[in-house]
Amino acid sequence: MELSGAKIFVESLKAEGVDTIFGYPGGAVLFLYDELDKAANDLDHILVRHEQAAIHAAEGYAKSTNKVGVAIVTSGPGATNAVTGIADAYMDSVPLVVFTGQVPRALIGNDAFQEVDIIGITRPCVKHNFLVKSIEDLAPTIRKAFYIASTGRPGPVLIDIPKDITDGTEKCLFEYPEEVKIRSYNPNTRGNPRQIRLAADALLAAKTPIFYTGGGVILSDAASELTELARLLNVPVTNTLMGLGGYPASDPQFVGMLGMHGTYEANMAMHKSDLVVAIGSRFDDRVTGNIEKFCPNAKVIHVDIDPASISKNVKVDVPIVGDVKQVLTDLLAELKKRGESPEPEAVAEWWGMINEWRKTDCLRYEQGDDVITAQFVIDKLWQLTHGDAFVCSDVGQHQMWAAQYYRFDKPNRWINSGGLGTMGFGLPSAMGVQLAHPDETVACITGDGSIQMCIQVLATCLQYQLPLNIISLNNGYLGMVRQWQEFFYQKRYSMSYMESLPDFVKLTEAYGHVGLQIKDPADVEGALKEAIENKQRLYFLDFLTNPEENVYPMVPAGAGQNEMILV
Amino acid sequence: MENESGALSRVVGLFSARGYNIESLSVAPTDDDSLSRLTLVTHGSERIVEQILKQLNKLIEVVKVSDLSEFKYIEREMMLVKVEAKSTSAITSIKQIADIFHGKIIDVSHKTFTIELSGRGEKLDAFVEAMRDDQVILEVVRSGCIGVARGNVALRV
Repeated sequence: MELSGAKIFVESLKAEGVDTIFGYPGGAVLFLYDELDKAANDLDHILVRHEQAAIHAAEGYAKSTNKVGVAIVTSGPGATNAVTGIADAYMDSVPLVVFTGQVPRALIGNDAFQEVDIIGITRPCVKHNFLVKSIEDLAPTIRKAFYIASTGRPGPVLIDIPKDITDGTEKCLFEYPEEVKIRSYNPNTRGNPRQIRLAADALLAAKTPIFYTGGGVILSDAASELTELARLLNVPVTNTLMGLGGYPASDPQFVGMLGMHGTYEANMAMHKSDLVVAIGSRFDDRVTGNIEKFCPNAKVIHVDIDPASISKNVKVDVPIVGDVKQVLTDLLAELKKRGESPEPEAVAEWWGMINEWRKTDCLRYEQGDDVITAQFVIDKLWQLTHGDAFVCSDVGQHQMWAAQYYRFDKPNRWINSGGLGTMGFGLPSAMGVQLAHPDETVACITGDGSIQMCIQVLATCLQYQLPLNIISLNNGYLGMVRQWQEFFYQKRYSMSYMESLPDFVKLTEAYGHVGLQIKDPADVEGALKEAIENKQRLYFLDFLTNPEENVYPMVPAGAGQNEMILV
Repeated sequence: MENESGALSRVVGLFSARGYNIESLSVAPTDDDSLSRLTLVTHGSERIVEQILKQLNKLIEVVKVSDLSEFKYIEREMMLVKVEAKSTSAITSIKQIADIFHGKIIDVSHKTFTIELSGRGEKLDAFVEAMRDDQVILEVVRSGCIGVARGNVALRV
C-alpha cells in the first residue's frame, strides 16, 4: 500500500511496538500530529508543556523499563529546547529515539522560519542522527534508529524529518524492514573466552577483591547474574550512582555507593583492594577522585560493551569487551566448571577490615525536634514504601541523600541524571515512569531549585491524572552549590540563596493538585503516608529543611578517594 | 567511511570535541563510490592514539580504521608553489631547484612561476626553504598527507 510520509511514521512506530510517545506540536510536525490523532487508539501521545520535559519523560520511561523512549518535537526552538535532554540521554547511555520536525527540503539552509541545523547541533551529543532526505528513506531510517539506540552501548538517536516529506504530496510503498544491517556498526556482545578465563584466574587468586558496578548492569538487565557471582565468591559489592539497584542494597555484601559522596567503607575498600572488577562502569571522575591516587595496589578487570571506555582513564589489566549479562553468565559458567573458591582466610580477613570501616557509621545523622533534616525524610520514605518505590531525583544535595538513604534492592527503580546532572530532570522523568508503571508508587525527590526548572509538567500530570508524590527538600538554597561555597569559597554564598521562592502549596493547587507544607519533624511521617496512600491525586510535599546541612562523606576535588571529609 | 554527507563533519567534530589535534586531513571517494577514504595526521601519546582509534570506530559511518604507523608505509603530499623571481638571474635558479626536487613548472608569466611538487612532507618543506633566498614566495598550497601501507597489507572492506 502506498502511504504518505506521516502515515509511514505512525506505522513504523507501531511496527516497533511503541505504545507511548512524549511530545509538543509545532508547524513542522503538523502532518505527523494529524496522523497521531488518527492513531490515538494505538499510540498514547503525552502532551508536555516544554520540549525539555518531553525528552526527560522519555528518559524516565526508558530507564525504568529498558525499552526505547520516544519523543517528538517541532523544528527550530522545539528542537533546541530538546538538546539538554538529548545530551543527558547521551551521557547516561539511555536508549531514545527523538523525532524533530524540519523545514521543507527546498528551504533547508535558507534561514527559514523555525529552522535550525539540529543535526549539526546535536552531532556531539547523540549516538547518531539522521536527516531524512526522501520518503523512501523514512521507514528504513526509523528501523536503523531503533536498532542503533537499543544495541551496543545504548544512546539517543535523532531523526530530522523535513515537513514536505510528510505532507502527503508524495507517497511510497510502506514496507517495514525486518532486518537491519549496518556494515560499519556491529556491537560485540560476547566476551573473549580467553579474557574470561584470565578474569576467573584473577578472581580466585585475589585477597581483597571488590566489585565496582555501574549503570551498565542495569542497562544489560544483569542484576541477577551479578548477585549470583558476588554471592558465589563472597566479594564486597559497591555501586556507582547509576548502578544503584543492580545489587540488593539490603544484602550484607553491599558496602554502599562509592565516589565523591560514597560511603567510607566503599571508598576505603576500593583504595585497599588488590583486584577491582569494574562491571558496566566507566571510572568517572566523580568516582575516582584524584586519578593518581586511585586504587594504588589494584589489578583491574573491566567488563564493558564500549571498547572506548576501557583504559580511557585507568589502565586495565584484563579488559573484556562485551555485554555485561553475557559476560557474567560466561564467567559464572567458567567458575562453576572449575569448582574452586577463593581462600577462606583471605575472605574472612578482608571482611574483617571492611567491617571495621563500617563502624565509622559515616551516614549517621541526627533528627532533632525543631528542624526537619533531609536525610530523615528520605529514610521515612524508604520505610513507608518498603524500599520498593520508583524514585526519580533531580540534581543536588537531595539527589545525594536520596542515593545514600533510599536503599534499592531492585534495578530500574532509581531514576536520576548522573552523567550530565541536569536540574529539572526529576519531575518529567517521574511522569515517564508513572506512565510506564501505572500501578506503582512513584516518588520524585527534588529541591527548591530543581523543581522550578520543569515545573510546568504539573499541568501534564493533571491532564493524564498521574498520582505522583513530589518530595521537595526545601532549604531555600541551591544546596550543593552552597556546600561547595561553604567548604572552598569561605562561605561566600554567591547566587546560591533562593530569594522569592513561590508559595509551593498555592502553586501546586493552582495546577490542580494537593500541596502540603511541612515544618515540624513530627508531621513528616503523616504527610508522606497521606501522599503515598492517595492513588488518585498528585501530592506536592514542601518539606522545610535545615538550611545549612551538608552531604557527607565528601571527597573534595583533587583529593584521593581515601581522603574523605566525614561528618 | 560511508560516502555520506555529515560523515566528515562527525570525524572532525570528534577531534575538536575531545581536544585531539589534526595536523593534516585529506578525504576523497575510493574506487567503491559508496566509500570514501579519509587520511588524517595527528600526534599524541600511545594512550591518546589508542583512544582516538577507539572513538573513531564508535562512529556509525566509520567502516574501518587503520593506524598506518603500525606498518611500513608510503606517505605523499602534493604542493603547488607560486614564486616571483627577485631578479632575472634568479629565474634560472628556479628551474634548477625545481629539477633537483623533481618538480614541474606548470605555469609561467613574466617573472612569476608556479611549480608542482609531490613527495614526503620534509621534501616539500625543504623545497620551500630552498626557494626562499632568491624568490618571493607568493603562495603555498598543500594538499594534506595521504598514505598507504607497503606490501600486500590493504585497508579494504
